[in-house]
Amino acid sequence: MTAWYTGAMPEAERVSLEDVRRVAELGYLELTPEEETRMQRDLNAILDYVAQLGELDTAEVAPMAQVSEVLAADAEVAPERLSVLREDAAGPCLDRERVMATAPETDGVFFKVPKVIER
Amino acid sequence: MTTVAAAESIDSIRAAIAAGERTATAVAESCLDRIAQADAQVHAFLSVDREFALAQARSIDERAAKGEELPVLAGVPIGIKDVLTLEGFPATAGSKILEGYRPPYTATAVRKLAEAGAVFPGKLNCDEFAMGSSNENSAYGPVHNPHALDRVPGGSSGGSAAAVAAGMVPATLGTDTGGSIRQPASFCGVVGVLPTYGRVSRYGLIAFASSLDRVGPFAGSVRDAATVLGVIAGQDPMDATSSPLPVPDYKADLDRGVKGMRIGVPAEYFAEGLDAEVRSAIEGGIEKLRAEGAEIKAISLPHTQYAIPAYYVIATAEASSNLARFDGVRYGFRAPKADTLAAMYRRTRDLGFGAEVKRRILLGTYVLSHGYYDAYYRKAQQVRRLLTEDFLKAFGEVDAIVTPTAPTPAFRIGEKADDPVSMYLADIYTVTASLAGICGVSVPCGKSREGLPIGMQILGRHFDEGTIFRVGRAVERLSA
Repeated sequence: MTAWYTGAMPEAERVSLEDVRRVAELGYLELTPEEETRMQRDLNAILDYVAQLGELDTAEVAPMAQVSEVLAADAEVAPERLSVLREDAAGPCLDRERVMATAPETDGVFFKVPKVIER
Repeated sequence: MTTVAAAESIDSIRAAIAAGERTATAVAESCLDRIAQADAQVHAFLSVDREFALAQARSIDERAAKGEELPVLAGVPIGIKDVLTLEGFPATAGSKILEGYRPPYTATAVRKLAEAGAVFPGKLNCDEFAMGSSNENSAYGPVHNPHALDRVPGGSSGGSAAAVAAGMVPATLGTDTGGSIRQPASFCGVVGVLPTYGRVSRYGLIAFASSLDRVGPFAGSVRDAATVLGVIAGQDPMDATSSPLPVPDYKADLDRGVKGMRIGVPAEYFAEGLDAEVRSAIEGGIEKLRAEGAEIKAISLPHTQYAIPAYYVIATAEASSNLARFDGVRYGFRAPKADTLAAMYRRTRDLGFGAEVKRRILLGTYVLSHGYYDAYYRKAQQVRRLLTEDFLKAFGEVDAIVTPTAPTPAFRIGEKADDPVSMYLADIYTVTASLAGICGVSVPCGKSREGLPIGMQILGRHFDEGTIFRVGRAVERLSA
């Protein structure tokens, strides 16, 4: 039953070069033309493998984002086992001087960046 | 050619120091010497700080001289994966984008080790941002498997596994998002623990996929791994997902054996794609557990084949969001000569990230983007629930589940480097527990004809680490 990967090329191209460029733009990545071609090939191979998720009927299944949701639904787990949100109270935070010391460019109070113009 | 050596056990180091037979300084020096001798070949460490380690050791010696009661890890050298922070020390996460970064804070797990008397010789090599199954994605060069230097140590915590296998340190910390502790433990012939999600604080762990990331120990024995987990586990106000459940004594039941225990063997983990020698080693280990009085039950985890696709959608989606913070503004590398902010962001990320990280950011951004969210991300989260329910159902019938940790022994460096899907399948038996949040451990269980280690994965219920350690200890004893 295991759909073992054969390395075969996908039948249809899911991701176009245009898609790669669009997603790279969204993710603030600058790709060379060679990288674009390679990423297109790799994303298609990966998404072709991912496509088998479509075999499952999940119409009645609620999405699960975190493990704690499942433990909450399990009646055998006592409430104190569950993660609860902490109290919304201010606590000590890192010293500014030590934080700013790690910045590539700073005046000691603010982070400095190149000029911001409309893209 | 191998560089394998058995590290001293935690208990023997601590006992020798407490009895005044050895100093912590002598232990630290011998550890640093072993690193200097073996690491030119293995490349497990990205940074070593001799002076710092010796200063830590001296402070233990001073406490011992005053007759103070020594903490549980007094004088024990422990290596730290370079995705975990230690204030003022490098934390590259295996990436050029964090080159030169010195974090202004310490990870909770690392702080707890220090408070327990551990000595830190240095930070360990790993795949960039913990993304990889072979350690070949480190921007600082690959780690070599101490059992066969032309082979990978596994990943992403390859340095953490190799340092223990080469006898450089008795224990290390690693992180596991889809198998990054268990799979390298299997490849390097050491013990590696995936604690239950929420058992160990993630504060100070440079995030890859926050709903999956976990911090856990590597060690040369189940007992030492249990000792380290006992130190780092527990609730932390700095990680809202850390559990308030009390931390039990993980060593209390270690040697109770498996008589009467119900152990499940899932058919799906012994299907096509499993190396014949791995199958034979794991089946041999299972027979020994049966001979010790465990009740071996055939079980089914029917959604197993969907775990890798669901994992790579969820993990990359979370990664694309987590890695947005690396933009050259607040820390780490900034690309020079960019005229505008947008150009600086793009150039910094282009120069700072390696190919696998870019691939995952692109994939994660794609599956979250308009028009694809339901088809990929929502679908994967639904499948995550089905996979988790498989385990909850199985744990109604059995106390632990045993499987191979990885489908093959360690592969050769370069063998899978150009085929991402083939590389991802190295995690086929480990991603399931990652998605379900349950605990697991990989314990050595035989070797291939070529002498490469094979690991057995033991999976347990949420927060039931004690049971998997007990089974693991039996496997360790029966494989010796």
